Amino acid sequence: MNWVTACKLDDIEQEGAIRFDHGSRTYAIYRAPDDSVWCTAGLCTHEAIHLSEGLVMDFEVECPKHSGAFDYRTGEALRLPACENLRTYPVEIVEGEVRVAL
Amino acid sequence: MNGMVIIGAGECGTRAAFALREQGYDGPVTLIGAEAGLPYERPPLSKPDGGQAIRKPICEQAALDAAGIDYRPGMSVEAIDRQTRTLTLTGSSLAYERLLIATGARPRRLTCPGAKLALDFRTHADASAVLVAATGPVAIIGAGLIGMELAALLRGRGIKVTVIEAGPAPLSRAVPPHLATALHDRHIAEGVDFHFGQGIQQINPNGVTLASGDHVAAGLVISAIGVIPDTALAQTAGLATGNGILTDARLATSDPAIFAAGDCAAVAQPGGGHMRLESWRNARDQAQIAARNMLGGTEDFAALHWFWSDQYDLGLQVVGLPKAGQEMVTRPLGDGQISLYLADGLLVAAAGLGPGNSIARDIRLAEMLIAAGSRPDPKVLADPAVGLKALLKTARAA
Repeated sequence: MNWVTACKLDDIEQEGAIRFDHGSRTYAIYRAPDDSVWCTAGLCTHEAIHLSEGLVMDFEVECPKHSGAFDYRTGEALRLPACENLRTYPVEIVEGEVRVAL
Repeated sequence: MNGMVIIGAGECGTRAAFALREQGYDGPVTLIGAEAGLPYERPPLSKPDGGQAIRKPICEQAALDAAGIDYRPGMSVEAIDRQTRTLTLTGSSLAYERLLIATGARPRRLTCPGAKLALDFRTHADASAVLVAATGPVAIIGAGLIGMELAALLRGRGIKVTVIEAGPAPLSRAVPPHLATALHDRHIAEGVDFHFGQGIQQINPNGVTLASGDHVAAGLVISAIGVIPDTALAQTAGLATGNGILTDARLATSDPAIFAAGDCAAVAQPGGGHMRLESWRNARDQAQIAARNMLGGTEDFAALHWFWSDQYDLGLQVVGLPKAGQEMVTRPLGDGQISLYLADGLLVAAAGLGPGNSIARDIRLAEMLIAAGSRPDPKVLADPAVGLKALLKTARAA
């Protein structure tokens, strides 16, 4: 596992998400209403759309194009047309920096 | 045992087939598609991958098998016998308990001389033919969503594009005028030529002769003048039709054993009249309701209309039905903007245009505000410092 510093905690709005690109891959990093931070694969499993542009409500992110939804803590697909789960990655906060294990 | 039969295996019919199973129905489900191959999504057709038209299946055969859906591709239905509840298929027949007509819509055809030379853009086969033929200058007839999306696609490939429109402006049907103007300006900046208020005298192998006598040189002419609902089967079977197959709010046709949904259905409205919508989301939303009501439900269709369009790097989204006469409040949003529409103080619609999917989040929040029956103060609504999410939480707490 390769731990990478992705951003500062303050870069992410509470109940929001940002996109994080690393190598040739793209990820989404979420800051939950309780300030916990989570990381998933960046693209919706239905079509290659960046989930970081979707609406984050509670612990759910919704694809900005087709409204498929996921629990970003577990990657579970919650609503059609998304039916395949998202991959998730471990996250830690070190001195205000968000680190993800890719 | 006679089961549920669905005519039309597009987004609507396919969703309905799965929804019947999700509702717990365990009798036979038959899904009849006119085209060969697996059911596929239409929106990606105008977003090809390289030079190839994308054929993205809505579901794999394994998913159809797992759900016990008897999918019959490449099959046409010749007639509906409502007395015996039987369909006549080519060479066979099929009885139904409940029938869903989800035959969609087909391209409206030009009637001018040479109309046959113009290609349609509706099916995967159409998209493939257009992409192969689009090697030199292209003339697109019709400045609606499909025409404008194709113009953007072809300009992106460096092809000279001329758009010819009978009306005075582009996108006049579904897009609010200020956003239609913004998109039009972008097309002009990208080098698209436009002719408005122009009829067609004739189409020939070298291009299009306009009513004015001017000639637009083109090696390929695309016809994108809208669609007409596919009502032929319903009409022949004696079902009530107008601009679409007429249904009540529950999506039942004039025969209670037959339902209609998606592009082909004109649904009774609370204020009177019928409304027919053409969009991906509507096809899916109506499929869900139709499936539940085929199984004895009594749910009215009441989902908000929503659609998107991608042109160049710009994304447009519209929710609800923005109309002249409503109060419009505009919020700046990064490099884009969104407009919200109020009718007698009630939030009823929103429309946004910006790079990529940048306006999607706020349009979704606006949709939730509309669904919550929100009556926001226009001054607060116009203030970019006040987030729509905060407004939604206030509206829901009230």
